[in-house]
Amino acid sequence: MSQGGGVLSDALLVARKDLLLERRAKIGLGQVLPFAILVLLLFAFALDPDRGILKLATPGLFWVTVLFSAVLTLQRSFALEAEDGILEALRLSGMSPAGIYLGKVTALTIELLLLEAVLVLGVAVLYDTKFLGIPLLFAIALLATLGIAGAGAVYGALAARLRSRETLLPLLLLPLLAPVLIAATRGCEVSLEREAMSGWPWAALLGIFALVYLTLGSFLFRPLLEDA
Amino acid sequence: MSAIVHLRSAVALIGRFPALAGVDLDVHSGEILLLRGPNGAGKTTLLGVCAGLIGLTTGEALVLGEDLTTNRRAVRRRVGLLGHDSFLYQDLSVVENLDFWSRAAAATVADGRAALDRLGVASRLFELPVHSLSAGQRRRVSFAAMICRRPELWLLDEPHAGLDSAGRDLVDGLMAEAATSGATVLFASHELDRAEHVAHRSVTISGGVILDETPPSSETRADL
Repeated sequence: MSQGGGVLSDALLVARKDLLLERRAKIGLGQVLPFAILVLLLFAFALDPDRGILKLATPGLFWVTVLFSAVLTLQRSFALEAEDGILEALRLSGMSPAGIYLGKVTALTIELLLLEAVLVLGVAVLYDTKFLGIPLLFAIALLATLGIAGAGAVYGALAARLRSRETLLPLLLLPLLAPVLIAATRGCEVSLEREAMSGWPWAALLGIFALVYLTLGSFLFRPLLEDA
Repeated sequence: MSAIVHLRSAVALIGRFPALAGVDLDVHSGEILLLRGPNGAGKTTLLGVCAGLIGLTTGEALVLGEDLTTNRRAVRRRVGLLGHDSFLYQDLSVVENLDFWSRAAAATVADGRAALDRLGVASRLFELPVHSLSAGQRRRVSFAAMICRRPELWLLDEPHAGLDSAGRDLVDGLMAEAATSGATVLFASHELDRAEHVAHRSVTISGGVILDETPPSSETRADL
């Protein structure tokens, strides 16, 4: 639709399609979510809640779980595009590559935010966490998720056609997302310690990361789509 | 007649293998050209080059007036490719696929539904996920997704594959109809009895080069 509607309408079309695919296949609900809850549960078993370690480590454990779940979600999202000649069909469609990229980022962000909402409940129940500084936590969740989806879509497209994509994508992506993990964890920590004001610089850092990757991805997706 | 496809000394590599090793070919407006040749001859690569999906290493390629050596992307919106793959999302239903691909190509949802009707896809199949369809039904849906783009150049790789007799007749009719309405059709097929009947002209490709060309029959010459 890039000739008529442009990048935004292409992005909306792709996002809608990806969310519809998730609704039909229910991979997120049926596989990624149970996996994420299981990881939270295993952390709870491994770090005895009575000793307080679990409470201290909650933000880090939460974001590590989100990162692992994001890798699974990304693999699924780009595996679908690599099947049945879909990548060729997307190249032939005339849609703007930036629109395709932003559409995939939008769908991934929505799926991950929904996952995080359930994980927050899981953390509250399993780790006995009290949530303070809600606006900061919400901002951190949104910006960190945008960063994960923005960077993940770039590397997901890069790995899409490789036979070893299942193992290669985490190897490429997880080191790159270390800044997101650190900033989101620190931001959540200070928020949970009722020092919400000092958490906003971490949110700003996450915002810069997301902006850089969304900009890079919008420009890089065309060559990535061509070489995929 | 203007050349819709004009290739000269076209060389295309798949990895390091020369899938096309110096192809000279002209296909004219409104023509139906059959590509013959054994497996691995370069037919699919030739269709991919004409679609702007595969780049040339050397040689000239003009398709629909676009120079593919300088900009392969320009031609993509104007061609329709039916390949070995279905180009369909297996978990989406028939109509969800058609709605997506028609809107992606700046066509309307109504164009997609009309294409499904034209391909004889029964309405009881519309809400079924594509993975639950038979191979022949999927082929018809893929064909519908292609024609709803209203392509000027049809590039068909084994268009009869997986179809029953009625489906094959339908495809032949669609190709003839497309050519009559001004589109150009380039198709590869191993089913020569049927394919030669519908084609205006055929060329044989082997080892990445055009070996020979069969001129239009007297029956089809009148159509050109």
